[in-house]
Amino acid sequence: MTRTLSTIATVLTLVAGVATAGAAEPFKVGVVHLGSVTDGGYNQAHADGIQAMKKSLPDVEVIQVENVPEGADAERVMENMIKRGARVIFAASFGYLEPAMRVAQKYPDVKFFHPGGYKRTPNMTTYWASTPEAFYLMGMAAGKTTKTNKVGYIVALPISFFLANVNAFELGARSVNPNVETRVVFTGTFLDPGKEAAAANALLEQGCDVLGVIVDSPITVVQTAEKRGAYSVGFHSLGVSKFAPKGFVTGVAFTWGTLYTRLVREVMDGKFKSQDILGSLRDDFLTLAPFGPAVPADVSKLVDAKTREFIAGAAHPFQGPLKDNRGAERVKSGEVFPLADLRKMDWLVEGVVGQPR
Amino acid sequence: MLRDPRLHALARFAGLLGVALAVFAAVLLVFGKNPLRAYVDIFAGTLGSSYGFSETLVKMIPLVLAALAVAVPARIWLINVGGEGQLFVGALSATWAAIHLPGLPGWLLLPAMAALGFVGGGLWAALAGALRARGWVSETIATLLMNYVAILLVNFFVFGPWKDPEGVNYPQTAEFPAGALLPTLGGTRVHLGLLFALVATAVFAFVLARTRWGLEMRAIGGNAEAARRAGISITRYVVLLMFVGGGLAGLAGMAEVSAIQGRLRPSLSPGYGYSGFLISWLAGGSPAGIVAASFVLAVIVAGGDILQMTQELPGSVVNILMSVVLFVVLGRQGAGR
Repeated sequence: MTRTLSTIATVLTLVAGVATAGAAEPFKVGVVHLGSVTDGGYNQAHADGIQAMKKSLPDVEVIQVENVPEGADAERVMENMIKRGARVIFAASFGYLEPAMRVAQKYPDVKFFHPGGYKRTPNMTTYWASTPEAFYLMGMAAGKTTKTNKVGYIVALPISFFLANVNAFELGARSVNPNVETRVVFTGTFLDPGKEAAAANALLEQGCDVLGVIVDSPITVVQTAEKRGAYSVGFHSLGVSKFAPKGFVTGVAFTWGTLYTRLVREVMDGKFKSQDILGSLRDDFLTLAPFGPAVPADVSKLVDAKTREFIAGAAHPFQGPLKDNRGAERVKSGEVFPLADLRKMDWLVEGVVGQPR
Repeated sequence: MLRDPRLHALARFAGLLGVALAVFAAVLLVFGKNPLRAYVDIFAGTLGSSYGFSETLVKMIPLVLAALAVAVPARIWLINVGGEGQLFVGALSATWAAIHLPGLPGWLLLPAMAALGFVGGGLWAALAGALRARGWVSETIATLLMNYVAILLVNFFVFGPWKDPEGVNYPQTAEFPAGALLPTLGGTRVHLGLLFALVATAVFAFVLARTRWGLEMRAIGGNAEAARRAGISITRYVVLLMFVGGGLAGLAGMAEVSAIQGRLRPSLSPGYGYSGFLISWLAGGSPAGIVAASFVLAVIVAGGDILQMTQELPGSVVNILMSVVLFVVLGRQGAGR
């Protein structure tokens, strides 16, 4: 039966192939998403970036697949895209790193882009933006907004980049309000609305009145905070603010559109080179969302000034002296924790309640 | 022509599948898509090329093993909902060998990992079996709850003692040594796990049809009290069949870490254990039916990705197709009984 089916399928494919031959082959870009492209967060940020790229490069055709688990399925989806003519693959989840590298080695002529990867192949570029400065700025806004001086953070995993974000947030909040305490809860996974809602409610019960979130979709946490009259800080995508018209403070978002346009155009022009791109507030792909109505008026001036200092290199989010939350000194006075070493940050700063495990 | 009951069952299954596909075609029409074109895409992408077919097999391997994990204990009306947890524990115990015996050559290390995977998953399920045999806890509840424990257990190791020092604090073990990777077939990703799945299915069919054990299992399944009076130890069968079922799920976990992932990570299974439960019920527990239903499910999952690529349908569409199939097939089978 299998053989009959496959014969039928082959014949039909051939017929379809003949029917469509003749038209000029567009430049195809494949995009693999871990979750839903309407998650108001991580996946939507990538999908919005791809949309923007497609707008400025009309000759590009996008093949997009969402909800692809990080195991056996990721490689199959990427290979299927290549078999359908994709010459560029965006493997848009951290866990796709090794599947993408395996496929990249098999197809050296296809160019791969991976967000946040720490290794590369000659036909793969990795890209991400360093976020602690932006988290510091969000911390300033939240520190000025909170009334209970307690902020809750719901974080997927205790990996170093996320610990650094929470630390920067707390330091930013303390810079404007020395009494702010940040409580962290790790959910252990990038998407589990049930756990996220439970954690959000628990933190609100403990007296937190601002909630921040580092998971793939910030919608659950932001909505829970809004429903209970608390404030919220978004992440990943600008799209989440619509879920909290009253309590939204701000949120750092990845606005990938211009970067994706540049990367794809380079491949089309034959100018691709394998590299590691690490952006920051200086680049247009890291954006702070407009402040919500609950944020005091003087905050925007404060934050703007600090932003300029960060961009000029006159300020640093991890300026010593810094102690961790167990009292040990981590950064000496007059020194900074270099942003290039973030993957070594395995501690939480004084003022953060939580275990870095 | 259909006097053979197995052929009859197959024809029935195919007919119901046809109904499900017709219902889904209506859904596609609502989306403004051409259903014929969509089905051509699915078949061309999954069965129309040697590559697509090989990937369908890759997807089938854990599904067949996870379905057997349910079907084996189901012979005596035990309901094993714990395939997912048993798969995780199997992956965990197999990983132990990959990490602690990296110097062993593949021909020694791989059998050790497979054995550990089987025993790990088996003991995890046998625990629930023992509780049931004593009449303390329903195996349905115990296996279901133990899924969460198993996943947390894997998390404990990958977040803690086994964490890859090179992996930017990401919860995963270091890459396995070459000797811990299951060999694959030619240039495809079809791996030795296929043999595990096929042998397990064949042995299950043989034991059921040709051995005294098969007979006794049928006796217990038919009338436990009568079987007990005939001198069959039901306790022993409860624990043993749970062990074998869990072991098969554990083997699926071993194959996934060894052949697909090459390391242990928390995103080890997109719910293979639960899919296996559905497959076993779709197939009515029959060995051939399990292979057929796993094949259909693998095509649906891989076909869902293809639909997203060619028809620009949202990813959730595949869930609609899956639930239509389950609804029609299970609903009809229930009515026929």
